[in-house]
Amino acid sequence: MVRTMNHTATFWDNIRADFPILRQEVHGEPLIYFDNAATSQKPRAVIDALSDYYLHDNSNVHRGMHELSARATAKFEAVRGRLAKFINAASEEEIVFTRGTTESINLVAQTWGPQNLTAGDVILLTEMEHHSNLVPWQILAEKTGARLRFIPLTDSHELDLDRLGELLTPEVKLFSFVHISNSLGTINPVVELCRAAREVGAVTLVDAAQSGGHCPLDVQAIGCDFLALSGHKMCAPTGIGALYGRREVLSKMPPWHGGGEMIVSVQYEKSTWKPAPHRFEAGTPNIADTIAFGAALDYLDGIGREAIMEHDQRLAQYAHERLAAIPGLRVLGPPLGSPNRSGVVSFAMQNAHAHDVVTLADRRGLALRGGHHCTQPLMRKLGLASSARASFYFYNTEAEIDRMAEILAEIERFFR
Amino acid sequence: MNFDELYQELILDHSRRPRNYGELEEAVHVHGDNPSCGDEIFLHVRFAPGEGGNVEEIRFTGHGCAISQASASMMTLKLKGKSKAEAEHLLHLFHDRVAGEGEAPEPGPRELGDLNVLSGVRKFPQRVKCAMLAWRAFEQALGESEGDGTGRVSTEEEENS
Repeated sequence: MVRTMNHTATFWDNIRADFPILRQEVHGEPLIYFDNAATSQKPRAVIDALSDYYLHDNSNVHRGMHELSARATAKFEAVRGRLAKFINAASEEEIVFTRGTTESINLVAQTWGPQNLTAGDVILLTEMEHHSNLVPWQILAEKTGARLRFIPLTDSHELDLDRLGELLTPEVKLFSFVHISNSLGTINPVVELCRAAREVGAVTLVDAAQSGGHCPLDVQAIGCDFLALSGHKMCAPTGIGALYGRREVLSKMPPWHGGGEMIVSVQYEKSTWKPAPHRFEAGTPNIADTIAFGAALDYLDGIGREAIMEHDQRLAQYAHERLAAIPGLRVLGPPLGSPNRSGVVSFAMQNAHAHDVVTLADRRGLALRGGHHCTQPLMRKLGLASSARASFYFYNTEAEIDRMAEILAEIERFFR
Repeated sequence: MNFDELYQELILDHSRRPRNYGELEEAVHVHGDNPSCGDEIFLHVRFAPGEGGNVEEIRFTGHGCAISQASASMMTLKLKGKSKAEAEHLLHLFHDRVAGEGEAPEPGPRELGDLNVLSGVRKFPQRVKCAMLAWRAFEQALGESEGDGTGRVSTEEEENS
């Protein structure tokens, strides 16, 4: 599944032509889009898949006895198999379509959670979780009497694995953690963490929102029970994502939403459910975006995710070097050169608040994000009210990073 | 655009060296915040006794972006010594100045003085709430001055639309 490609510099430059949105000026300057951790841009192939569907195939899926419905159903269901292959799931029946990572996690928290947790059980999380992998568990803990426990960070903003033994105890029934941190850029050792969880019989959930389209993913090699991802961060439209659930776990879970599509037979008093994954997909699904999601997966595999990861990391390393040279600017996350850094580079500027930095960067056409990045407890822990973040994808270039360094140096001088 | 179209020298000066920064005993205390950006202000206001009592002393503490800090600093200079009615009038003038539609009419209202430099945020809808944070806290303080003297306010529901 994984292949390495040694793409040339020309290849990476040409790839920008696939993204019409990148060819524009913002406030009179060429757009530099460095907010990919929030959402990626969409290639022409994905936009075409979306419009082709509405131009030619639009119809409701399943049970339709006419041609358009048959076509829509075939294209929609094909993506389930396509995604299963993309993450090397054992079967397409392990793929549940959702609106995205947040909905995937909530699905687990609201179905698997009450069925498996009682008072005194522990849900293990980490201190670098996005609110979407924190709040659903807080709600579940409140409901069941389970307790939350957190793996702390080291000074280099990585998980303190020395503490794992004392925290990952037999009371832990679920261990849910982020693969790549959206605010620090830290890559966590998923395989090692899942193996440790299995040893105490804990079910694992990997939040792959930042890794789904950025590095090779093999759920069987990772050894997780659940994995959640969002299409829109990996070249697909917003509103589509997925939950992977290992068959043994997924098949035992009770339904979530009730309605059409998820039932076998319905009587006035009682109904019976379809097996997974359709049991978890009540109502008309997001057909068009799912089909476009399939086009995004094809597009990403056309480039190769190992190549994407290498490219992201090379840009992040270069950005780290350039930003570290700006006075008073502190880059968060693992140290320069660490293999545990993704294409996310967050930083704090001594004399300027992140929102002022981002506002001024925007005036130069540079799209950054500033704030708490939906990780408020983490920011508090780091003693920061907020940070600014540049996050890269395969269509970004070193020349854009040079320009960012110039702009940030100008902003630093302005606030000095 | 030049950076100083929004961040004029006066704004930078107030954000670097905020005036009336500190706490105040025997005062109305209001905590204001914009949770989505993490800006936070603690406003301390002492009103003269009696109905319609003047703003005798006003100070603030907290942290946030240059806009929110400068707005708070300049507000304290402007409101000190004003009657409640005058202060309320200034609050409305300021709100119209920073949250109005289109280009800000020039010159701005004379009563606002230096505060007119914050009119640049009109072009930055995301930042209006930064400029309004201290003022919303003061509005709360006006209300609280009749009550128990502690309150909380957020500008996110109103300005961060």
